[in-house]
Amino acid sequence: MNKEIGTWTVNYLQVMDEDGRVANESEMPPLSADEIRTLYWHMLLARALDRKMIALQRQGRIGTFASIEGQEACQAGSASQLRKQDWMTIAFRETVACLIRGIPPVQILRYWGGDERGSIMAADQRTLPVSIPIGSQCVHAVGIAYASKLLKRDEVTLTYFGDGATSEGEFHEALNLAADYQVPVVFFCQNNQYAISVPRSKQSHSRTLAQKAIAYDIPTIQIDGNDVFAVWRATKDAIDRAQHGGGPSFIEAVTYRLGNHTTSDDYKHYRSEDEVAVWRKRDPIDRLRKFMEQSKYWSAENEVDAWKHAEQIVESAIAEYEATPPQDPSDIFNYTYAKLPPHLEAQRKEHLASLQAGEKR
Amino acid sequence: MTEMTLIKAVNHTLDLAMSRNDKIIIIGEDVGQDGGVFRATEGLVGKYGEARVIDSPIAEAGIVGAAVGMSINGLLPIVEIQFSGFIYPAWQEIVSHVSRMRTRTRGRFTCPMVIRTPNGGGINALEHHSESMEAMYAHIPGLVTVTPSSPRDAKGLLLAALESPDPVLFLEPIKIYRAFKEDVPEEYYTIPLGKANIVQTGTNVTIISWGAMVHTAMEAAREVGRKGVSCEVLDLRTIMPWDIETVISSVKKTGRCVIVHEATRTGGFAGEIIATINEQALLSLQAPVARVTGYDIVFPYYRNEKRQLPSVDRVVEAINATVHF
Repeated sequence: MNKEIGTWTVNYLQVMDEDGRVANESEMPPLSADEIRTLYWHMLLARALDRKMIALQRQGRIGTFASIEGQEACQAGSASQLRKQDWMTIAFRETVACLIRGIPPVQILRYWGGDERGSIMAADQRTLPVSIPIGSQCVHAVGIAYASKLLKRDEVTLTYFGDGATSEGEFHEALNLAADYQVPVVFFCQNNQYAISVPRSKQSHSRTLAQKAIAYDIPTIQIDGNDVFAVWRATKDAIDRAQHGGGPSFIEAVTYRLGNHTTSDDYKHYRSEDEVAVWRKRDPIDRLRKFMEQSKYWSAENEVDAWKHAEQIVESAIAEYEATPPQDPSDIFNYTYAKLPPHLEAQRKEHLASLQAGEKR
Repeated sequence: MTEMTLIKAVNHTLDLAMSRNDKIIIIGEDVGQDGGVFRATEGLVGKYGEARVIDSPIAEAGIVGAAVGMSINGLLPIVEIQFSGFIYPAWQEIVSHVSRMRTRTRGRFTCPMVIRTPNGGGINALEHHSESMEAMYAHIPGLVTVTPSSPRDAKGLLLAALESPDPVLFLEPIKIYRAFKEDVPEEYYTIPLGKANIVQTGTNVTIISWGAMVHTAMEAAREVGRKGVSCEVLDLRTIMPWDIETVISSVKKTGRCVIVHEATRTGGFAGEIIATINEQALLSLQAPVARVTGYDIVFPYYRNEKRQLPSVDRVVEAINATVHF
């Protein structure tokens, strides 16, 4: 016997074309002008912060920083739909998502300024801190969602990761576990085309990253990640599914990292300016602004005011960041365990004594 | 009191803990219907259901990583890694997240959990089933590493591990899972983490050990005891953070020390204990501190495993050499 036992397709969704025109009316999110302006505002604020942070790194005022320029729509269209009780696990390039979730810019500055206190979330903030090991945060999301389901809480968990993460074991383990347990998780892949220097084409032979979810029978879609409305629509569907017992979903948002991997990277080693220029024309912020201008939601004056306002917020966050008092020297010991064990108490004293000795010399 | 083997004590303790705290879940391979390959979770899925006693796919990183999320969102996960030789895929989650979430977020998010895993050799098992890597775990700041040496200790330490706000790696010595029975109190009790147990007091030499090797150490102590050598036998119980105070005060009293562990010698935990003794009790020493350990080799297949596991003879020899130095 030889018969077909399954066929699969991967759909691609775009709602707004590159000129900001709605090309797919039926999928257009039911958002008010104010809601759209809010999405735009967060994207713009993140870009203002992002550009300033690159400058701060160059001036030695923060450390290595991972720019998000180009990926703003991916995060704005998705994180904006999370409710207070929902959870989010991030990698390290989720500035827009963090701002939307209410994490203050000063905390983002502190984190990239080398201060653990930047990862202290407010008591009601359900966002896990930056997770640098690639793909490792995907499994955390599954565990969080497992708890939500077992404890019968109305919570959805959204996890962000990149194209590179889809090659990691933990990514696949996360998808498998999430599908096994049918937990309320949204897997959001920001396919920004590069894992540092390795292009998407070398990362995987698969034609799409979305299709990786098919192996686990997880509903999946590929979308235009620079189209905030497509992101919104796909995320809305995924969250609805999670909330109504439909288990996990997968979204591959096709986007592009316009800047370097981090401030320590130089993309000229692995890609051409011509290629970057092509994607620059697809800038998600420009695209949404064109839509808003065409819809008469936005004027040139609004644009000038918004940038001015964003820059003020960033400047005041920088002032607050730079006025942050140093950590107590004991703090490097104090959070290793819930209670300082004797050997660390001894090492803490040793450290303090060495500081005093240093001062005397 | 009920007479129990160590594995039965673990099973009884898991049952007791789950009956008292409905936030506890167990996740691991074969922990459900099968009751675990050693039967540590026998009967629990019938009592607490599949949602709390979770048969997982074979995905150690996924299991431990999911436990990170579970612990952050209100559950208290008990992870079973089937054998400690299979923990390595989960190493990234243990080292990169479980042990450091508290530090990373200055205590805002923490990962209280217990990772249980059968540990050590001595049961003629296949490759990867006889590992003793406690020094590797002890090297990770933020982790608590515990290993019991008896059924009664297994219960008290496991309940203490479940009360711990810090993540605990709970290494269960395979060799003595079923080697002997002991009266175990039925009621709830804990044995403090970070404290060694003085199994036997003595005056001539301190023998330090943990897990299954405590019994080898005791046997050797009895043998030299018949010839008049008085051994103080310490069971470390918690490898990290370890009970420096008890060790140092014992060594200061006896002036001699032998450390016994199954793990390989170089970089083994005996080295850390010796360094600390040198720092804090050097002038009390009458002889160099001896160590009886596994050799620095890959754990042999079982036809040769006895060559690798410290024997009573080797421990007796080390005690004599130390006493007669």
